[in-house]
Amino acid sequence: MEMLMTMLKSFMGWVDARFPATKLWEEHLSKYYAPKNFNFWYFFGSLALLVLVIQVVTGIFLTMHYKPDATLAFASVEYIMRDVNWGWLIRYMHSTGASAFFIVVYMHMFRGLMYGSFKKPRELIWLFGMFIFLALMAEAFMGYLLPWGQMSYWGAQVIVNLFGAIPFVGDDLSVWIRGDYVISDATLNRFFAFHVAAVPMVIIGLVVAHIIALHEVGSNNPDGIEIKKNKGADGIPLDGIPFHPYYTVKDIVGVVVFLMFFAAIMFFGPEMGGYFLEHANFVPANPLQTPAHIAPVWYFTPFYTMLRAVPDPFLGVVAMGGGVVVLAFLPWLDNNPIKSIRYRSALHKLNLMFFVAVFLFLGYLGVKAPEPVLSELGLRFSEVYFVFFYVLWFHSKTRDAKFSFMSLIGWMGLFSLNDFARHVEGSGDLIMMGWLIPGIYLTVMFLAPLYSNLNAEKAVPERVTG
Amino acid sequence: MTDGVDNGKRRFLTIAATTGVAAVGAGFAAVPFIASWNPSARAKAAGAPVEADFSKLQLGQMMRVEWRGKPVWITHRTEQNLKDLPTLDDSLRDPTSSVESQQPPYAKNATRAIKPEYSIMVGICTHLGCSPTYRPEIAPDDLGKSWRGGFFCPCHGSRFDLAGRVYKNVPAPKNLVVPPHMYLSETHVIIGVDEGAA
Repeated sequence: MEMLMTMLKSFMGWVDARFPATKLWEEHLSKYYAPKNFNFWYFFGSLALLVLVIQVVTGIFLTMHYKPDATLAFASVEYIMRDVNWGWLIRYMHSTGASAFFIVVYMHMFRGLMYGSFKKPRELIWLFGMFIFLALMAEAFMGYLLPWGQMSYWGAQVIVNLFGAIPFVGDDLSVWIRGDYVISDATLNRFFAFHVAAVPMVIIGLVVAHIIALHEVGSNNPDGIEIKKNKGADGIPLDGIPFHPYYTVKDIVGVVVFLMFFAAIMFFGPEMGGYFLEHANFVPANPLQTPAHIAPVWYFTPFYTMLRAVPDPFLGVVAMGGGVVVLAFLPWLDNNPIKSIRYRSALHKLNLMFFVAVFLFLGYLGVKAPEPVLSELGLRFSEVYFVFFYVLWFHSKTRDAKFSFMSLIGWMGLFSLNDFARHVEGSGDLIMMGWLIPGIYLTVMFLAPLYSNLNAEKAVPERVTG
Repeated sequence: MTDGVDNGKRRFLTIAATTGVAAVGAGFAAVPFIASWNPSARAKAAGAPVEADFSKLQLGQMMRVEWRGKPVWITHRTEQNLKDLPTLDDSLRDPTSSVESQQPPYAKNATRAIKPEYSIMVGICTHLGCSPTYRPEIAPDDLGKSWRGGFFCPCHGSRFDLAGRVYKNVPAPKNLVVPPHMYLSETHVIIGVDEGAA
């Protein structure tokens, strides 16, 4: 034993003289000091990494049997499901993994929103994260074309045509993306190349950048306190504990619980009632007929509702893209010096909870058919989604009465102008009822600080709690 | 400055000039890759006209044929349908088919057709390219009392009447496209060419 340790030590000495193995291990794991008060919400970063590994490994094995050819693709997926040994399991791991990825990433982003993890000095971590989110959406979208089912085909048709809505260059651009005048074999082939090679490489690179940036500034925590401000004599943060073994072990618990849910879905409900794998996608692509009800996979539906809420195609695309891009600006919109929701005002808590509810409801609307009442709700909640970011900025500091009323009148005036413009005979009642949604929301958010103490904030403690 | 060496000029030559040349080279090298995404010669060659025989198409029925990978609808409209068309004008965005790109001149009329009872249109929504559903019923529950038959897009809720004219306040900006076509006989049509091109 003694001899073995000596041998290992001299081996590591040999390696370290040539490659900084020990240095990397210490900087990122054994001597990376993370705040000791991480809670449930801090599982989702490492879970996202786990799902990435699952997707890469299962994806590589799927490519061994899949055929990226419009005449063969659908049948090759059925072949994987029926004839390839354990093919069904590998494919269900991959399809469940796609949805799991978005669940985990949305939770991870919400964590950042709650505890102000995007705020100075972590702006770049947030931006790298936003790029990962964008790349992930591209990856998921292109992967969804590969089974060449009805939803694959028509989903791709709609999304590629979004580029066609761009003025002047749109038509040429969408032809260039498709490589044909319609979604065809050329499109499938290039999406395959992107899905299995280009985009995964970009995602892995961005994840590395995300983690390097994180380890440069150090992790935030549920109290939103910089642990590096309170260091012991040894230079180690008093409220920090080494990531390994403390958080590696904690994260393993998270992994086990996560995998229990993951396996349950994978084995007992891989289609999740048509949300993870849509029913229409079990029918081969037919360019002559759109399925009677078409909706994107659940993780795109909040943004899809924003697209549908705007009648003009180009502005609809701008709204949908804007719904994603606006998140990237959070570090410069929420200027409140308090990071964590724990010490922010009751009004801010209410605002954040309402935002989550709005996001979920927009997602729900995105899977429903666009009937008049639901369309109206889609527009109203899209308005609330966007104005939320103004409210965040508004709540960055105490505002006077004049500015508060001007904000309210300004926004509601803007929404009302749009209402007058889109009013047609018979739609008046619906528009008036809908008007109340942003109306009440903004009245509370802008005026409550003037007439109540709902905006009272708490003192942030010196050291982390719990 | 020693030995008449101009360091400023050297710096310019080494940094600005080499970077500039490299950028131009990278630009040229990118061209084949970017251009490779455009439709191939094979994709461009596809798209021959198609013939359709609709002698068996009953009143009120619709059939699809494929032209350039897209659905083309042939609809057999009833007397009532044709009578309903002008009554819808007020709720349509472009009732007179004023957008030239959406139909050949010979289909720029009240029924957007050569023969009023047969409508021939590309079945692709002008919004984001879904294929709308044929809904010939009068006033069905889900489409409302004022519905006089037409096409409903399941993707984003755009509505078109039986002449492919788009309603107001829906996402689609333009009427459905009427492809170039000509009749070879009473119930036999060729889609993709017309007399002008022949």
